[in-house]
Amino acid sequence: MSATVAGSRRASKLHYRLRRYLVEAASLALGFVLVIWSVTPLYNMAMIAFESHDGVFSGSIWPEHPTLESFRVVVTQDFWYLEHFWRQFGNSFIVGLTTMFLTLLIGSLASFTVGRLHLRNGWLLTNAALMTYVIPASFLAIPFYRIMQIYGLSDNLWSVILAITTFATPYAIFIFSQYGRSIPMELDESARIDGANPWQIYFRIYLPLMSPALVAVGTYALLLAWNEYLYNFLMLSTPESMTVAVALAQFLNSDESPWNLMMATAILYALPPMILYYGFRRYMAAGLTMGGVKG
Amino acid sequence: MSSTQQVLGFDRSVAVGRLRRPSWRGRLQGSDTTWAIAFVVPYVAVFFVFVIYPVVYGLWLGSDPALYGLLFSDPTFLTTAINTLLFVAVGVNVKMFLAFLLSGYFMSRSWWVRSLLAIYLLPWALPALVVFTSIHFMLVTQWGLLDSLWRAVTGADGPLFMTSQWIAMTANIVAYIWKWMPFWTLIFLAARMAIPQDIYEAADIDGATGFKRLIYVTFPLLANVYLVSTVLSTVWTLGDFPTVYFVSSGAPARLTDVLATYGFREAFDFGYPRLGVAAMMSALPVLIPLVILLMRRVQMRGVQL
Repeated sequence: MSATVAGSRRASKLHYRLRRYLVEAASLALGFVLVIWSVTPLYNMAMIAFESHDGVFSGSIWPEHPTLESFRVVVTQDFWYLEHFWRQFGNSFIVGLTTMFLTLLIGSLASFTVGRLHLRNGWLLTNAALMTYVIPASFLAIPFYRIMQIYGLSDNLWSVILAITTFATPYAIFIFSQYGRSIPMELDESARIDGANPWQIYFRIYLPLMSPALVAVGTYALLLAWNEYLYNFLMLSTPESMTVAVALAQFLNSDESPWNLMMATAILYALPPMILYYGFRRYMAAGLTMGGVKG
Repeated sequence: MSSTQQVLGFDRSVAVGRLRRPSWRGRLQGSDTTWAIAFVVPYVAVFFVFVIYPVVYGLWLGSDPALYGLLFSDPTFLTTAINTLLFVAVGVNVKMFLAFLLSGYFMSRSWWVRSLLAIYLLPWALPALVVFTSIHFMLVTQWGLLDSLWRAVTGADGPLFMTSQWIAMTANIVAYIWKWMPFWTLIFLAARMAIPQDIYEAADIDGATGFKRLIYVTFPLLANVYLVSTVLSTVWTLGDFPTVYFVSSGAPARLTDVLATYGFREAFDFGYPRLGVAAMMSALPVLIPLVILLMRRVQMRGVQL
């Protein structure tokens, strides 16, 4: 009797172990598939960038003569599409940083007023922001193109900055309003008793306490501006005023197909956002859950 | 993390905030009103100059009924409309469902799943232009990576992917899922982490484990996040531009265009901006109900934006 009990117990233990190994193996297999799935297009990018010009069309699945030549060409601006590469890189930074600054300023002021000063009919403002947030940006591209001409801003970095700020601010208001709730109202009241005016409360109390949300939204706005293509392409037309995104897409018009140069440029262009993502992932994850990054 | 809790409906402070709000009304005094107005002026200005004006201008551009007759007599537009529906319906739903399942996988505590997450996020971290161009290059000629792989495995030349409408459309959808699945996985991951552990413990005692736990515990708790995310993603995907523009760029012969790329081409390649606007406005009958649903849903939950 006891022998059979012990036997069945041993069997169930064995069964349990087998099951655990199977689960572990399945999870490893899935992990392997996910790595291949995620990395293949990036591998393709690197493969082309490290290939010499003739090697691009050899049809092999790894670079046959790996070389840094393409990167040298890009960095030294040694190709006619890349004559203004560093200037365009700078333009991208100007657009990104200015958009970030404006989004933070306009968004935090608006949500401070609605959330802390309790402006009458403030809900109108938040609803306006929510509505802007759900309009697909590409649907407004054609009117925007005309309107920027009317405002006299075509081929001017400001047109892109203002357009992207418009699309980034609603998200900022959304996040700031949410986060602002966690800051006790009593702080504002005691500051008021000490004689602070709303500007001082905003600048000395609200902003410092909001810093995690500011970092999250700032990163979001910077990346949105850096990665955006459609508006950059429509508004900026001369090589001197282009951002890297526009310059990069120019390669696609070329019949000569310097693919290796294009992919080398693409890798350099993708480095800053990657560094930002991994540097600020912790902060972004906090902001993420509330809405999402507009694509 | 409070955000997720609010979406999930665990956060009680919202209700408290609502009750408390009326007592703050009317506290705005003379000089405060001036400050408040000064503070909202920048946003209101941006809203009028860069949202209201373009929207009204766009509506005006697309207001001529004759445009729609012209649009619907264009066979390319009909293909475009079908493509858009296909792209959104398949792309969004497959992406959301897989993201939901994978978020469970990434809940695992083991160190290698955590480092895998960093790799898995790469597609989302990179600019759309860059990754979609790379995917385009993988497919477009007989020297692309996929063709080379095909040759290495089968020994014969691969098919020319971009000459088939269906392969090109599939490539668009797969590329779209590839790029955006990590982001929504993160959203679901955050939502799952906000579920209190004691709910699972209670379910465990009641005998709900494994598959049952997923269906009877996790999914009902995440249903609202899932719905809001899906609607939000649908709205954005209706206007998705870079995926199709860079992956298939409409090839072959504009048979894989979607609304955004069709409108773009009509406006800037062929010089009919009104037709382009009309094409995008043809999405309004789908877009408006979704936006209303979304705004209701978000407000009902007490996430007062």
